Amino acid sequence: MSKARTSPIRSSLVHLALIAYTLVALFPVFLTIINSFKSRNAIFRNPLQVPTPATFDLVGYQTVLGQGDFALYFQNSLIVTVVSIAAVLLFGAMAAFALSEYRFRGNTMMGLYLAIGIMIPIRLGTVAILQGMVAAGLVNTLTALILVYTAQGLPLAIFILSEFMRTVSDDLKNAGRIDGLSEYAIFFRLVLPLVRPAMATVAVFTMIPIWNDLWFPLILAPGEATKTVTLGSQIFIGQFVTNWNAVLAALSLAILPVLVLYVIFSRQLIRGITSGAVK
Amino acid sequence: MTRTILKGMLLASSILGTAGIAHAQDVTLTIESWRNDDLSIWQEKIIPAFEAKNPGIKVVFSPTAPTEYNAALNAKLDAGSAGDLITCRPFDASLELFNKGHLASLNDLSGMENFSDVAKSAWTTDDGATTFCVPMASVIHGFIYNKDAFDQLGIAVPATEAEFFAALDKIKADGNFIPMAMGTKDLWEAATMGYQNIGPTYWKGEEGRAALIKGEQKLTDEPWVEPYRVLAKWKDYLGDGFEAQTYPDSQNLFTLGRAAIYPAGSWEIGLFNSQAQFKMGAFPPPVKNAGDTCYISDHNDIGVGLNAKSANADAAKKFLTFVASPDFADIYANSLPGFFSLNSTAVKMADPLAQEFVSWREKCKPTIRSTYQILSRGTPNLENETWTASANVINGTQTPEEAAKKLQEGLDSWYKPAN
Amino acid sequence: MSQAELQSIARAEPIRRQIRWHILVFLLPALVIYSAVMVLPLIETLRLSLFNVVDGQPAFVGLANFKVLFGDARWASDFWNALKNNFIFFVIHMLVQNPIGVALAALLSIPKLRFVGFYRTAIFLPTLLSFVIVGFIWKLILSPIWGVAPWMMDLVGMKSLFAPWLGRPGSALIAVSLISVWQYVGIPMMLIYAALLSIPDEVIEAAECDGVTGWSQFFKIKLPLILPAIGIISILTFVGNFNAFDLVYTVQGALAGPDGSTDILGTLLYRTFFGFQLQLGDRSMGATIATVMFLIILAGVSLYLFVIQRRMRRYQF
Repeated sequence: MSKARTSPIRSSLVHLALIAYTLVALFPVFLTIINSFKSRNAIFRNPLQVPTPATFDLVGYQTVLGQGDFALYFQNSLIVTVVSIAAVLLFGAMAAFALSEYRFRGNTMMGLYLAIGIMIPIRLGTVAILQGMVAAGLVNTLTALILVYTAQGLPLAIFILSEFMRTVSDDLKNAGRIDGLSEYAIFFRLVLPLVRPAMATVAVFTMIPIWNDLWFPLILAPGEATKTVTLGSQIFIGQFVTNWNAVLAALSLAILPVLVLYVIFSRQLIRGITSGAVK
Repeated sequence: MTRTILKGMLLASSILGTAGIAHAQDVTLTIESWRNDDLSIWQEKIIPAFEAKNPGIKVVFSPTAPTEYNAALNAKLDAGSAGDLITCRPFDASLELFNKGHLASLNDLSGMENFSDVAKSAWTTDDGATTFCVPMASVIHGFIYNKDAFDQLGIAVPATEAEFFAALDKIKADGNFIPMAMGTKDLWEAATMGYQNIGPTYWKGEEGRAALIKGEQKLTDEPWVEPYRVLAKWKDYLGDGFEAQTYPDSQNLFTLGRAAIYPAGSWEIGLFNSQAQFKMGAFPPPVKNAGDTCYISDHNDIGVGLNAKSANADAAKKFLTFVASPDFADIYANSLPGFFSLNSTAVKMADPLAQEFVSWREKCKPTIRSTYQILSRGTPNLENETWTASANVINGTQTPEEAAKKLQEGLDSWYKPAN
Repeated sequence: MSQAELQSIARAEPIRRQIRWHILVFLLPALVIYSAVMVLPLIETLRLSLFNVVDGQPAFVGLANFKVLFGDARWASDFWNALKNNFIFFVIHMLVQNPIGVALAALLSIPKLRFVGFYRTAIFLPTLLSFVIVGFIWKLILSPIWGVAPWMMDLVGMKSLFAPWLGRPGSALIAVSLISVWQYVGIPMMLIYAALLSIPDEVIEAAECDGVTGWSQFFKIKLPLILPAIGIISILTFVGNFNAFDLVYTVQGALAGPDGSTDILGTLLYRTFFGFQLQLGDRSMGATIATVMFLIILAGVSLYLFVIQRRMRRYQF
């Protein structure tokens, strides 16, 4: 890289701008976390103060951990999220490849058909979905949630991935064909590794609404054994709506797992980008 | 045909499913409810009391957040996956469930004789023929006050409107306390704790409510506009930025001792007892002139019914009979002070604040919230419109007359009085 | 419908070569799950917009529900109010969220910048949070009672400018939109960042050899190359905003107060379809609103797919 662009003043200005926005992004989260460690009076008297020995209080966390089986809820959320993301990525990438790679009659119509799903909230289909799940005996199973989230995530995944797949060089694929690779091999061995950054992006986008969804767990799997973390903490918040220690503690705990999941995918994203395969 | 494809594919995928086969010996009953606040009381007191007497029946209390309860319950009932026992909202919401065939008739349930017609009125068809939920409790409106603050400022408990505003002025002049803890952000506080709290005094309780339903009175008539004029005056006594103050904000302001008066529903008692560090008292809505009859909103709030499609109807009926018993009334009213039993057998309550509230039944005429029966069956929905209107009046963005006019126009657009 | 399409795919170009089964294999899993769990239930719902309850029986009423929605003064004023608010909501996102997102991505993609991983994670964090959390935190911060926002404005000497924004009809919608921008700025940032990183080094090096650096390099070289990604974020913002519901619902409640000033199509739909408090759900009118929303979004997406996307130049690397 050229040396002209790395002057110290310039880079410190860049850092300044990034730090400023980072503060905006993190401040509310920071506020939640510091207050979750304070006594109720201190939360209201001095919401901005970090916990001091006088105001430090773990009562919120004690209340949260004493209620409900959060470890189980966490496990349920994790299973649902991970399996749904895997299904969305695999099936979504396959369909996106078909749409972006091959010319066939009805290609555009198929693209539009698959895009309909991003235009109407799936929540509207609730009653019919629930009836279907009842008929199939899937109520109160994680499978019901996985099916719904896979269906919900597919349209956006296909939409984004097909856009990225169009930027993959035709020469590369044709070279592969000349070498006698099957279409499946071209997809799995040549194209998929190239769109890894896009896959990671899609994974993150898919993960957020699934992890944070309240509606379908409430309708399809409200049982104690299948409760997700978001549903568990919502019920919790309802129960302790004025007990802000507990609410803030629950919220702080709910931030953690999703952050971990994000970091995992974000590693993949970096690895995909820096693997150099793109270039 | 689409349905069959759907079912087929779902069936195919159900191989993945982990749907457990229920153990045959025990019957498990699920209760749908919006009372997630009461989860521990059900789990620790009510359900064990029932299970001890009814071996073989397990009960699970499965609450949903109040704001999502109606929507989630309706979806589950339509699809047939709802629990065996349904906690009933009063009046039209539950009547609709009964009319759609989701709730079973409970006319011949043993234990129903423990309730008066008034208690059952919230869950009975218009012709009075069928009752479909066992009444559980009612809630009473009034004002809770910080006794320490009143003593400190030398304020006597106000009985009339003039005394009430004089007290507020005195608290405001002193400056140590926010005179009244209420916000308009969540809308319903303004309507429920404000309009429905003080309103019955002006429209003379049941008399005005019945006249409104019959079409003899309009919301633009003086008895219905006047409470709005009084509410508009509250604005000066609320905390800074009350427009963005939420319901939990109000509760915290009061229980942390920063506000002197809290326009309340009796359901607050349990929470306030556990959170407030000062002595509390309560007074009913002030009357206009000393010696006038006082009116209170004593609103049938919660009942429980039987899902018509329940597979465990017999066990569920046993549970409902238990709910109708004096034993249940005793556990419920004492674990949840402020939820007053509707059972004809009087319950002895230990909580002094709850006793204060219930004592008003003897000196004041009770009524229910004016918008709940019949008048909220159409669109626009009078209750929901009242929320917005009450908040607007207190915020000062609408005059009492404008608000009343808009409400009456909305009601006129679909409601034709029977006669 | 999906089956007919599949057959047409399989039959495509039957003369030139044999059936290209792999296309079918690639499409099938996504198509089956998507059609069964999403499309069929949604069609089932949209169908309801042509039905209503007449004399206690569900009956086909043609376009009568639409006539009520646009003809009845109350329904129409609710609908237009929600549409107007939704449009403002969208404009604020396009003017605030997306430029900030692009700018952050441009800064992050500067080569050899340190702490990129930290910045990226930190800025993306709000996007990961559930509405429950976002709603709660921001209500707390903007609350006039607990004083976080007034205190901070006091620091910069602007305390007198503080107002209970979420409670005032004039400012509530803007405040809610900005909270949403805060939450979602990570999405355009990530997409643009991925697009910027996939620009080959050779292109940049060639530009630098020609003396194109800094700002002019960004605007002349990189921006044209990432236009497709900007197209995607614009259309995603459009679709996301016109489907938005949760944030308004958690911050302002289902009635989207004060006085309906934050009511958007999503909240209007939720209230109508599922009902709220004493208002009972009206499946038919709800489905009618959903259909109109669907048509609005369909129009926007079609415009993108058939007009903008076709004209956009794509570069393969």
